[in-house]
Amino acid sequence: MRGCWGSWRGSRTVLAAEPLGAPAFPESREKGRLQMAGLHSRLAGPFDMAVAAGACVAITGASGSGKSLFLRMVADLDPNQGEVFVDGRARSSMPAPAWRRLVTYVPAESGWWEEAVAAHFDDLPAARVMAERLGLKPELLDGVVLRLSTGEKQRLALTRSLLVGGPVLLLDEPTGALDGDSQAKVEAVLRERMAAGTTILMVTHDAAQAGRLGGRHMVMAAGKLSEAGGRA
Amino acid sequence: MKPTIVLEASDLAIAAVLILVDVGISIGFRLALHRQLAVAAVRMVLQLLLIGVILGKVFAAASPPLTLLVVLVMVGIAGSEVAGRPERRLAAQGNYIAGGTAVAFATGVTSILALTTALRPDPWYEARYAIPLAGIVLGNVLNAASLALDSLLDGAMREKAAIEARLCLGATARQAMAHLLRSAMRRGLLPVVNQMSAAGVVTLPGIMTGQILAGLDPMEAVKYQILLMFLLSGGAGLSAVAVVFLAARQLTDKRQRLRLDRLLPRGG
Repeated sequence: MRGCWGSWRGSRTVLAAEPLGAPAFPESREKGRLQMAGLHSRLAGPFDMAVAAGACVAITGASGSGKSLFLRMVADLDPNQGEVFVDGRARSSMPAPAWRRLVTYVPAESGWWEEAVAAHFDDLPAARVMAERLGLKPELLDGVVLRLSTGEKQRLALTRSLLVGGPVLLLDEPTGALDGDSQAKVEAVLRERMAAGTTILMVTHDAAQAGRLGGRHMVMAAGKLSEAGGRA
Repeated sequence: MKPTIVLEASDLAIAAVLILVDVGISIGFRLALHRQLAVAAVRMVLQLLLIGVILGKVFAAASPPLTLLVVLVMVGIAGSEVAGRPERRLAAQGNYIAGGTAVAFATGVTSILALTTALRPDPWYEARYAIPLAGIVLGNVLNAASLALDSLLDGAMREKAAIEARLCLGATARQAMAHLLRSAMRRGLLPVVNQMSAAGVVTLPGIMTGQILAGLDPMEAVKYQILLMFLLSGGAGLSAVAVVFLAARQLTDKRQRLRLDRLLPRGG
């Protein structure tokens, strides 16, 4: 039998609306030194790079150049070859869910599986605090997903991922739908996380964002990454 | 028990006038269905006459291998119906594998249970009991499995963002797809719940009506119908669960990814 479908012992939990397990690290306890060796798929790569713990790499590039694909490969969401390490721990040495708690991908299009916003958070008090820091009204967590605007959804999805507390964040257009003020709040939280050792790979159309976060700026073209004139 | 009223060909011909009424309606209201109605009616008569002849010979032969062959052919046809009905298809004949396995498993378990415990013909696999029983169970199992499979495949595509959001937060594929599995199983089971609720109140089930018309005491017919309803609900549940888990396994991989690349494009 393949993967988690082989085990019928846990089938009871399939039918229960169970939470996803306790968040691994409310605040990241680990540093996020990220390395890739020969990471590639049919459509992109190979990628060989190292990112120091607490650093930010902003990736820009034309639509369809492979930016999101790259983040998805690092998160192991699409079939790919090669190896990725966090602090020397190989991706292949651990189950995929454990890897994704270390290397958390926040897609540009947020996904919701229940009607109530609160049902998407294991730790509601912590979620309210984080949501407020990202410029959201905490009451939003008592509402329904259908009423949320695109920007609210985006920041609540970021809240959810920040609460996982992994040492690496893969952010796909994290401020794409936000006004200047909200964007500044999000960037302030990200800077704080970076200071604590969280590493960020971020796809953005805003080249200046890399400069604001004090990180590297790279450009994706036809599935290949290259430095955009060194440090932005 | 009153003697059975034997139907003659002329009796059926009179009833067939009702098909002509349908054809007239189709022509009168320009429904463009008259050709299909006529073809379907002729096809139904030929199919049923053919199965009547085959069943007569199989019952007379009393051969276990032949009985098994007939049941396997029925299961195969039902499995391919389950595979063919959903709008979306899994690659590598995945619909056929999931549909065929689910149908065979659910029909096998429920039919053998009924034959060895409630009905107990001697031998338990006697064709006269085994084949009709498998047939009626198959009809229901087919319905439940195809609805559940359709719901799962459609839902996986529609709910991609929600499933992957949970995967990104560290869920296993099974946890990430749990809401989808639940709604697919519900979809498969609802018809049999409705069928049981309506039985005897809104509708007189076909089998029971047939037995009463054939002269059986109503209470005996009712007991058979209750047994069948239990079998049908069990078969529906087993087939919905089996088809959903088998298809979900094919939609994911051991690295807990959602593999929508294994779903063929619509019409593929």
